[in-house]
Amino acid sequence: MGEPLLTSLPAAAGPAVVTVAPAWAVAVVAVLGALALAAAALDGVLSARSASAGGAVGAAGRPLGEASRLLRQRRRTTVQADTLLWRTGGAGLLVAAALMLAVVPLGRWTVADLAVGVVWFNAMDVMVWALVWLVGWGANSAHALVGGYRFLAHGLGYELPLMFALVAPAIAAGSLNVGAVAAAQDGLWFAAWMPVAFLVYLLGVAGFSVWGPFAPALGTDVAGGVRAELSGVDRLVLETGRYALLAAGAAFAVPMFLGGGAGPLLPDWAWTLVKTLAVLALLVWARRRLPALRPDLFMEIGWLVLLPAALVQDLLVAVVTVWRS
Amino acid sequence: MEVLTVLVDIAFVALGVVAVLSGGAVFVVDSMARATYALAVSFVAVGVQVLFLQQSYVGVVVILMMVMEMAVMAVYMVMFMGMNPALMPMSMVHSNRTAVATAVLTFLLLAAGILVVDWPARRGSPPRDVTEALGEALMGPQMLVMAVISPVMVATIVAGVVLAAPRTRYDRFGDDLRQRPPDDPQPGGVGR
Repeated sequence: MGEPLLTSLPAAAGPAVVTVAPAWAVAVVAVLGALALAAAALDGVLSARSASAGGAVGAAGRPLGEASRLLRQRRRTTVQADTLLWRTGGAGLLVAAALMLAVVPLGRWTVADLAVGVVWFNAMDVMVWALVWLVGWGANSAHALVGGYRFLAHGLGYELPLMFALVAPAIAAGSLNVGAVAAAQDGLWFAAWMPVAFLVYLLGVAGFSVWGPFAPALGTDVAGGVRAELSGVDRLVLETGRYALLAAGAAFAVPMFLGGGAGPLLPDWAWTLVKTLAVLALLVWARRRLPALRPDLFMEIGWLVLLPAALVQDLLVAVVTVWRS
Repeated sequence: MEVLTVLVDIAFVALGVVAVLSGGAVFVVDSMARATYALAVSFVAVGVQVLFLQQSYVGVVVILMMVMEMAVMAVYMVMFMGMNPALMPMSMVHSNRTAVATAVLTFLLLAAGILVVDWPARRGSPPRDVTEALGEALMGPQMLVMAVISPVMVATIVAGVVLAAPRTRYDRFGDDLRQRPPDDPQPGGVGR
């Protein structure tokens, strides 16, 4: 990623955000859980509507029913499974999502006000590469392993465009600090004048959440792929982790592209939540609207379309930033 | 504040122990996946140690690059290892005696270097942004040279791959380069 950026600390006068006590990390996990649950409920409603079955209330509660079913289900074991790596991969998704959310300021408060918060987020989303592959590997099952490799193939396609999409707001703000990036959008959201970076970012979020177009790693054509051998609580943890990653990605979009907590009437923490929920709803809705991207075909799309588009976006943003200063 | 300093010191040493132990585990485990991710754990521990040194950017990038590298290594080890031993339990060592002797000698040499060298005392205080200071110290006047060399290096890599590729544009587009769509063993996603 862009070396010239590493020098920048928050340039604005005074701290943009207030760091709260580490104990508030519990609140981060609670918010993450609530967002993941909201996403799952919305997905349940949309599922029921596309199948035209059941009322909205029952459909919204479907994820909870599914969770209680999985909690009662017996855990599947496979021959010569690498249990350590298998479980690490499944549980790690939730941890990665929580660590992503830790650098997102909720209005003025943040748990970890890192000078390099943007790179931190990026490091956590790269962590997902390892974790999803480990879930595929650990079961000692051919279909699961195929799913793991499908995910890595997608990763090779979406990760670099995602990185360069994250570079654009950082260049414009002159900082890798998430709070400073949010504060730099005074008046005009970055999503408005760097739409390509925003779209590529959203695609990347779907990518690292193994969501929608990037779900072939969990495809029914490979018997469920990565989750082929997952059952009971292990499957619940993996699914929760996917929703949590989706939620963390949506929350990170708010300070990066949607002006952070800025907005009329409501306090800034409320605006952050409202915008997060809006992005999250968009991502959940898009799941049924976009075709699956075959990993082998998406590789070329990622490298020949998305990556040059993100680079041109970065160039434009850099030129505008230099011209304005 | 005293207590905090002690805790930070303990955490720093503990991370070092984790890095060394998981680095050692690479040679003990019998699975390619475990060896790969033991190495990843070792690198992540070192990355967190670098964070402790206030080099936030360098530390986070170490974590990012190393985890990505290990994930990509998992692709290659299954793709290119003959007979796919990567999928089976296998020993992670070869040329064991030579390797151990070399490692021990290298360690003794480096450790002796640490102990023998006359370390300078700190002068002044650390700058506000140590990452910037490190970049200046490492690159400083050579920054322009590096900026010029990087495109040359990328061009070299691309040229190397192009020269090494067994299929040429004549295989893809036919002898008169007019065949559309091209004849590819695996079609791409943008229909070139």
